[in-house]
Amino acid sequence: MSGAFSRIGRTFLRYLVKTAFLLLAVSIIAFALVSASPVDPVQQYVLGVGGVSPEQRLELEAYWGVNDPPVERYFTWLGALLRGDFGQSLLYRRPVIDIIAERFLNSLALMLCAWLFSGLIGFGLGCLMGMTRDRLPDKIIKQVCYILSSVPTFWLGLLLLLVFAVWLGWFPLGFSTPIGMLNEDVTLAQRLHHLFLPALTLSLMSFANIALHTRSKLVDVLESEYVLFARARGEGPGSILRRHGLRNVLLPALTLQFASFAELFGGSVMAENVFSYPGLGSAVAAAGLNSDVPLLLGITLFSALFVCVGNLTANILYGVVDPQIREEQP
Amino acid sequence: MKRHWNRRRKVVLYTVLMALVVLAAFAYGALIPESAAAPDFSQAKLPPSLAHPFGTDWLGRDLFLRTLKGLSVSLTVGVAASLISAVAAVLIGIAAATGSRAVDGVITWIIDLVMGVPHTVLVILISFACGRGLKGLLAGIALTHWTGLARLIRAEVLQLRSQPYIAVSRRLGKSSGWILTRHLLPHLVPQFFVGLILMFPHAILHEASISFLGYGLPPEQPAIGIILAESMKYLSAGMWWLAVCPGLLLVAVVLLIDRLGENLRRIVDPYSAQE
Repeated sequence: MSGAFSRIGRTFLRYLVKTAFLLLAVSIIAFALVSASPVDPVQQYVLGVGGVSPEQRLELEAYWGVNDPPVERYFTWLGALLRGDFGQSLLYRRPVIDIIAERFLNSLALMLCAWLFSGLIGFGLGCLMGMTRDRLPDKIIKQVCYILSSVPTFWLGLLLLLVFAVWLGWFPLGFSTPIGMLNEDVTLAQRLHHLFLPALTLSLMSFANIALHTRSKLVDVLESEYVLFARARGEGPGSILRRHGLRNVLLPALTLQFASFAELFGGSVMAENVFSYPGLGSAVAAAGLNSDVPLLLGITLFSALFVCVGNLTANILYGVVDPQIREEQP
Repeated sequence: MKRHWNRRRKVVLYTVLMALVVLAAFAYGALIPESAAAPDFSQAKLPPSLAHPFGTDWLGRDLFLRTLKGLSVSLTVGVAASLISAVAAVLIGIAAATGSRAVDGVITWIIDLVMGVPHTVLVILISFACGRGLKGLLAGIALTHWTGLARLIRAEVLQLRSQPYIAVSRRLGKSSGWILTRHLLPHLVPQFFVGLILMFPHAILHEASISFLGYGLPPEQPAIGIILAESMKYLSAGMWWLAVCPGLLLVAVVLLIDRLGENLRRIVDPYSAQE
């Protein structure tokens, strides 16, 4: 037992070092990209504040160090970053770290709902497709999956908005809370009411992948000789699914679901923008459009960290929990 | 009757349909005079009809023509970006498979790196670095889509390298360049085309998404993403066709190309058809 734990520990440690290097590289690339941008941050700031004299502008430039060489600026930024200082957002006039913390909670609620929902629906439909292979339910659901993977997230969001918010009026047009209400007064039910459409959009976008994956795995299992033998023993389809199918299919599906954090985040950027949902995704789009460099960099790094956590979980699930892979490791 | 629709016939059908769509998009974009899509306030806010299949917008512009024009922009960006990306993927994949361990390690690491940042965020960042506009959009999409194909090509070349005929060639004194061009590249041609065609719908979807967010093309060049972003303002005014029609056309084109690529892949690689 202690062997298993030390193996988890070693995998974890190795991955932690890898993640640190990856994040460092992301920070370098992101900083280089932002530095290469023709957009002048001082100009943007001056436009935002208004009424800045040329002398003040020069002072600002000196204070921000925009004329320093990029490498020097990078290390200043990285040093501040390591002390937990992500800088001030130009757009919201608040520390970037506060914005990320606050908005990540909103995004997390959205992504978690979509993640659970798409996982359950995708897995369920995948099992259904596998069990009814090449018959009508399989064919219909497969076509639905193919079509959904060709639909842009934002357009699906637009359609849902059109049908459920504009025509039927069941759901609000956007935002995470009713407009004009204080944050403390908002009830959980109201939050969920506002969360529903973006979460539905995001779930519909991501279940096709997991469903098709589960289907192909289940078909593999059902073609195996042990299932043939089980059938010969007189086991019914329900029993075969429970005793042979689920056990083999559940873990790869879960791993895939954890490894899809990048798509989940990318999808949430689109969904949040359609529904004006105040999460990280709408913040990153606004940051790019308004040349809010500190916020853009902060969220880029944070999204990379988020994806890494998902991959780490997938790797641990894959490498440690699955006995087949565990045996193969030296 | 059903037996007649085998995979090869389907591919031919999809190719013809795709050629028609591409032709229609570009012919309309080039042949129809600007005046046909010009604002006409007497015709504003009309729902779809025979004269205006997609209806007209709040300025009285014909939405069908505007969408076709947008489609030609999207297709151009998609073709250019996925071509660049696919060629890069082949070169990088070959380099990883035939280079030293260090080269392979670095390339694998870079692939992990590109996949470690959500693509939407990365495209926003690259687009910002290029000062938005068409160039940023192209660079962003081209730089994010090569990873999957590069992995496939790397695995393929690694597998090819262990084939006996390559060893024989080497013993016969053929140079690495000769082996590369005569033995490796011909095997990669089908992979390349399938990868390219399958990359294409992704590129178009990303292009639409990013221009929907307001990056990329200026509003005078109506990419489909921009048309859809504009439609959001008029949704609550009941102008549903502004959002529904251009999106439907986009989905139809993406679906068509995706089916074409998928069927082609199964012809090229029959083993995967079992999946």
